Amino acid sequence: MSQEAIHQPSVTKPATGGAAGGSSSFIRKHMREYGILLALIVIMAFFQVVTDGILLKPINLTNLILQNSYVIIMALGMLLVIVSGHIDLSVGSVLGFVGALAAVMIVQWDMNYVLAGVICLAVGAVIGAMQGYWIAYWKIPSFIVTLAGMLVFKGLTLWLLAGQSVGPFPANFQLISSGFLPDVFGIKGFNLLSMLLGVAVVAVMLFFGLRSRFRNRASSHDDEPALFFFARNFILAAAIVYLTWALSTFRGFPNVLVVMALLIAVYSFITSRTTIGRRIYAVGGNEKATRLSGINTERLVFLTFANMGMLAALAGLVFAARLNTATPKAGLGFELDVIAAVFIGGASMAGGVGTIIGAVIGAFIMGVMNNGMSILGIGIDYQQVIKGLVLLVAVIFDVYNKNRA
Amino acid sequence: MGSILQMRGITKTFPGVVALDNVNLSVAEGEIHALVGENGAGKSTLMKVLSGVYPHGSYDGVIEFRGEECRFSGIADSEKRGIIIIHQELALVPLLSIAENIFLGNERASGGVIDWHDTFARTRELLAKVGLRESPQTRVTELGLGKQQLVEIAKALSKEVKLLILDEPTSSLNETDSEALLQLLLEFKAAGISSILISHKLNEISKVADTITVLRDGSAVSTLDADGGHVSEAAIIRDMVGRSLTDRFPPREPKIGETIFEVKNWTAHHPQHFERKVVDDVSFHVKAGEVVGIAGLMGAGRTELAMSVFGKSYGVGISGEVRMHGRPVDVSTVQRAIAAGICYATEDRKSYGLVLDDTIRRNIPLANLPGIANGIVIDEHRELDVARDYRERIRIKCSSTAQEVVNLSGGNQQKVVLAKWLFAGPEVLILDEPTRGIDVGAKYEIYAIIAELAKTGKAIVVISSEMPELLGVTDRIYVMNEGRFVGEMPTSDASQEKIMSLIIRSGHRN
Repeated sequence: MSQEAIHQPSVTKPATGGAAGGSSSFIRKHMREYGILLALIVIMAFFQVVTDGILLKPINLTNLILQNSYVIIMALGMLLVIVSGHIDLSVGSVLGFVGALAAVMIVQWDMNYVLAGVICLAVGAVIGAMQGYWIAYWKIPSFIVTLAGMLVFKGLTLWLLAGQSVGPFPANFQLISSGFLPDVFGIKGFNLLSMLLGVAVVAVMLFFGLRSRFRNRASSHDDEPALFFFARNFILAAAIVYLTWALSTFRGFPNVLVVMALLIAVYSFITSRTTIGRRIYAVGGNEKATRLSGINTERLVFLTFANMGMLAALAGLVFAARLNTATPKAGLGFELDVIAAVFIGGASMAGGVGTIIGAVIGAFIMGVMNNGMSILGIGIDYQQVIKGLVLLVAVIFDVYNKNRA
Repeated sequence: MGSILQMRGITKTFPGVVALDNVNLSVAEGEIHALVGENGAGKSTLMKVLSGVYPHGSYDGVIEFRGEECRFSGIADSEKRGIIIIHQELALVPLLSIAENIFLGNERASGGVIDWHDTFARTRELLAKVGLRESPQTRVTELGLGKQQLVEIAKALSKEVKLLILDEPTSSLNETDSEALLQLLLEFKAAGISSILISHKLNEISKVADTITVLRDGSAVSTLDADGGHVSEAAIIRDMVGRSLTDRFPPREPKIGETIFEVKNWTAHHPQHFERKVVDDVSFHVKAGEVVGIAGLMGAGRTELAMSVFGKSYGVGISGEVRMHGRPVDVSTVQRAIAAGICYATEDRKSYGLVLDDTIRRNIPLANLPGIANGIVIDEHRELDVARDYRERIRIKCSSTAQEVVNLSGGNQQKVVLAKWLFAGPEVLILDEPTRGIDVGAKYEIYAIIAELAKTGKAIVVISSEMPELLGVTDRIYVMNEGRFVGEMPTSDASQEKIMSLIIRSGHRN
């Protein structure tokens, strides 16, 4: 993960920090943000113990990242959609459709895989834009438009693949998912490039965190209590260093991790620091007031869906590369994992609330539970029940907190 | 004739406001009793006390209906006794049929199974009584407002009504429908049903009412015998508005410059009922440093006028021209209106003005995000500086600019709305009911801000239903009624009586 992503909680919500109120009111206001991070740590610790240390083994960590990469990529787009007050049920089907399209173009037509990838991303954006058009300009409920999209693209996937699996992909294409950063230093059994990159990320994160903290001090900007600031940064830095070290002793950073980290950084920055991000939150918070403030709310919603389509396409490429084949069943039910991750991450169904980092942590909570329970050999039946209950508890916790405030 | 209703010593307080102060009201058996007063005089509150919306115990005083003291705990209680209220906003379900609406909650059924035969038969009887020739199965949404009003009355009749209360029943009706409705009231009177009629239209009142009670500032100031239409409208108006203006307004010396803002021949149609002109050929202008008021009753079309000018945010089929400094400007979207220097602060700050769950700091720059950003990147330090600056300048009372606006008082929320528009840098600021629902102290502060803005040469339009407010803060007043401007006067020549009689006389004309 990169510095922006981790840096983000302190940037997005410096607003609600209460220097005047002291740390107890600070905890109360930020219960949710710290709560979810704590929940992830507790869940990881729990599975680390009950799986006899398998969970955090380098090979399993690598697996965990690869398994969840497409959910996280889509969660970034879904967060924007949900913050703007909408929902997108079609992302699973779009993922499957784009994977199928890639397979047809690359495997059957022998097209260059870079060109095919670019076309796939464009197709995803167009699909999102088409759905966004009806939602934004015709005010058709997003639930209905994307439910229709879900059925349409599931059907088109079947048609495109003629009901068969298509594969395998050329080796270069597979590298999106199964490739690792090259071991340029040639040390046996240790990917030094990954290690250096990880340490650099931590250094940059600490630098920006401290700089922002000093600047806030200078302008007596409200800030989080020192204890929280240092504890949070220490935990994150330690986690990243450990993760980096573990991955480096295996095969290094997977390519997809680098892509994911960059995306998380970019989207965190957009949501927390740019005017367009601010406008998306405003639309979800009060659409009418936002429009009367001179903001083109329709175009924003339209763009949010186009962006979602593009990210679903990217996830589709990653997923197809990982499976090394496009199957008609790819993406089935993924939309629910993505939406659950965003809600576990603290977004509100009503819109206007939620953070990128929350959605990413939400996705990791789901991913760690999936992975941990699979290692333990818990049946898929119980897994579903437990995941469902976790989602419910997370949202009840939100509502309880809000009512109490 | 004895009295059917006696309300004695009714006092109702809300936090910080006395809405009704020791009001007495007596309605005689079989009469039409008119209740008049300005917006906010307490008419609706009094009727809510009577119908049990405010249950017994939440007010002081005694209600006696048909000789018995009543302690209603809800609307169902008062309806059981035969007191039926028909609100200004009709309570019909648009997609259900007339018959279904009339018997909603009171279905003709045995064991939960509706007897449609009986329902339709009874509906036809009721419709005949109110003179509405429609099939009981017609959906309410297909009826015009006048007919919907009749359905409401038929619904009241289905409940064995003894006292019918009509809250501004003709405010949205055309002349013919209003006439028919008043005729119906007279027929009910002949059949022994008493009515209370709340209305602003004094000509209608003098036509049908037997007795008139005038409410002002939560007190019943007079009860007049209508005497078959011979009561003087001037006397009613005097009683309605006759309150003294004390120094509730900051002093100011207007320095009025060139004309900045002009609207010419502006017309807007209702978004659903296209044939209705909500704003009808309105022209006005505002000069630099001038505060111009638009007076009128609720529903006169003032908000619609302002919103249609502000980026066509209301209405369809809009025509007319807007000029700034003599040059025509494009106001077809909110962005363009703001770019042209026109800002509009809404009357409904919670729905249209603020992102309530967000902080003060993030609400203020919403209409001018580029003002706190470098390119597309927001500079949070500048954002904080802006918020602190406005907090200081217009005294927004808060623990921190990181406080969420939902937790602020009405007056402070209004100041955040003002801050938002001030930061957008307007030349013309349209303020729609700028002091609605805020306390007296905060009102003074808002007036002071208005005076300050005018001093810096801005052109200001104040839309208000509170006439003392208009008389206190403006330099010139336009009077609007039923979509048209019916008068204009310098505030120095204006009085509440003058404005009210302009409104009422214009009502006579159509």
